[in-house]
Amino acid sequence: MGPSGCGKTTLIRCINRMHELIPDARVSGKIFLDHEDIYATDPIIVRRQIGMVFQKPNPFPTMSIHDNVIAGYNLNGIPLTKDEKKKIAEESLRKAALWEEVKESLHRKGTFLSGGQQQRLCIARALAMGPAVLLLDEPTSALDPKATSHIEELIVQLKDTVSIILVTHNMAQAARVSDFAAFVYLGELVEFGPSGRMFTAPKDKRTEAYLTGKFG
Amino acid sequence: MKEPSIRRRILYDKFFKMIIVLLTFCSILPMFFILFFITSKGISVINWRFLTHLPKPVGEMGGGISNAIIGTLMLIGISTVFSVPVGILAGIFLSENRKGKLASLTRLCVETLQGIPSIVIGIIAYIWLVITMGSFSALSGGVALGLMMLPVIITATEETLKLIPESLREASLALGVSYPRTILKVILPAGVSGIVTGILLSIARVAGETAPLLFTAFGSPYMNLNVLKPVNSLPLMIFNYATSPYPEWHTLAWGASFILIVLVLGLNLFTKGVTRRWKVQF
Repeated sequence: MGPSGCGKTTLIRCINRMHELIPDARVSGKIFLDHEDIYATDPIIVRRQIGMVFQKPNPFPTMSIHDNVIAGYNLNGIPLTKDEKKKIAEESLRKAALWEEVKESLHRKGTFLSGGQQQRLCIARALAMGPAVLLLDEPTSALDPKATSHIEELIVQLKDTVSIILVTHNMAQAARVSDFAAFVYLGELVEFGPSGRMFTAPKDKRTEAYLTGKFG
Repeated sequence: MKEPSIRRRILYDKFFKMIIVLLTFCSILPMFFILFFITSKGISVINWRFLTHLPKPVGEMGGGISNAIIGTLMLIGISTVFSVPVGILAGIFLSENRKGKLASLTRLCVETLQGIPSIVIGIIAYIWLVITMGSFSALSGGVALGLMMLPVIITATEETLKLIPESLREASLALGVSYPRTILKVILPAGVSGIVTGILLSIARVAGETAPLLFTAFGSPYMNLNVLKPVNSLPLMIFNYATSPYPEWHTLAWGASFILIVLVLGLNLFTKGVTRRWKVQF
């Protein structure tokens, strides 16, 4: 968490190497996933292990709901039988708590769904690849309170099966769903620790000022 | 400050509305005039024979324009085969590389190519293909028309792809999809309506070109399906027949004009339909 423009998104994008899309971007230091340096691995493989959901829901507009979920397989040219596709789509949509709402309309375009549903569709799409880590970049900032609480419930459910790294400028949200929290300010990682301690007894003055609403 | 009376404002308003309607009417009038004129002159010769038979020698009545219709379709086919792959790939390159020396050079070349008079493009195709191969041919005509289509397709592709939101590309890349596959399977399908529109409009544009064909496709009174031989086309036939001294050829030229207009108009309407149907909502 941290105020707008502090570098939260930049930091999270380094984890699946999405920052490399920006020309001249560079990274120093190392990031390890299960003892493997992700900067020594091909970004394509990194991104299959580390899924990402963006600020604004971005389902593929040319694809149906079903095809959106298994897009990771289709686009990568990984062959699957029809039954496998169906199974993966259903499982992923169930995990993303969207199955009950869309099971009758899997053939419809993903863009017909509401914003909150689209965002859960994007989560299902990321989960379908079976990632070890899921990066959520302010997934609720474009959603209304009801859709937000839906997504938050989902995060709590999912955190037992997949490591979730959530970026948010909403500290209440961070307190609600996280086990560990990091505070980023002006491009610097100010503090990191278990959420329980961080929200009750922050060590750094700046973290305390942010948590008590003095800035941000 | 004195406020102008409300009556005067309303009067002004009405006056300008009238002017706008009048000028709009003036701008569509020529179109209707042309359509009406060509239809009234040309429709009388249109029948099945006209569409399916070859032209007759001077003095004999009847005769058709089947060779010109087939020739025009051949030329369009050849030019499309040449210009579409190159045009789309160049358009992708330009939209993916907004900056950079090669991109700005390419952009400059595309703009210049767009501005080159069609007769000059005809001469280039003449030098490239007619002289080296020793004969006028449908191939050289197709290449000349393809050169004219190229900038239209490149620009249409570039402009369409530029409008596709960055988030779509990110969605694909974040799934571990490689860059080429992202372009081919996510970006291109999202832009297909704009690209197809560009292709169809460029075809509609070159379908009526005469100048670049004068010394490439050259024209022929026979049915020809060989791409290495001269071939007739509707605009060439209209040019040759309309400048001839024989009244029955003039009638054929009117008929051919009508067919050409119908072809181009049909293509434009078809394009509109396609755009609406394949449009992707983001």
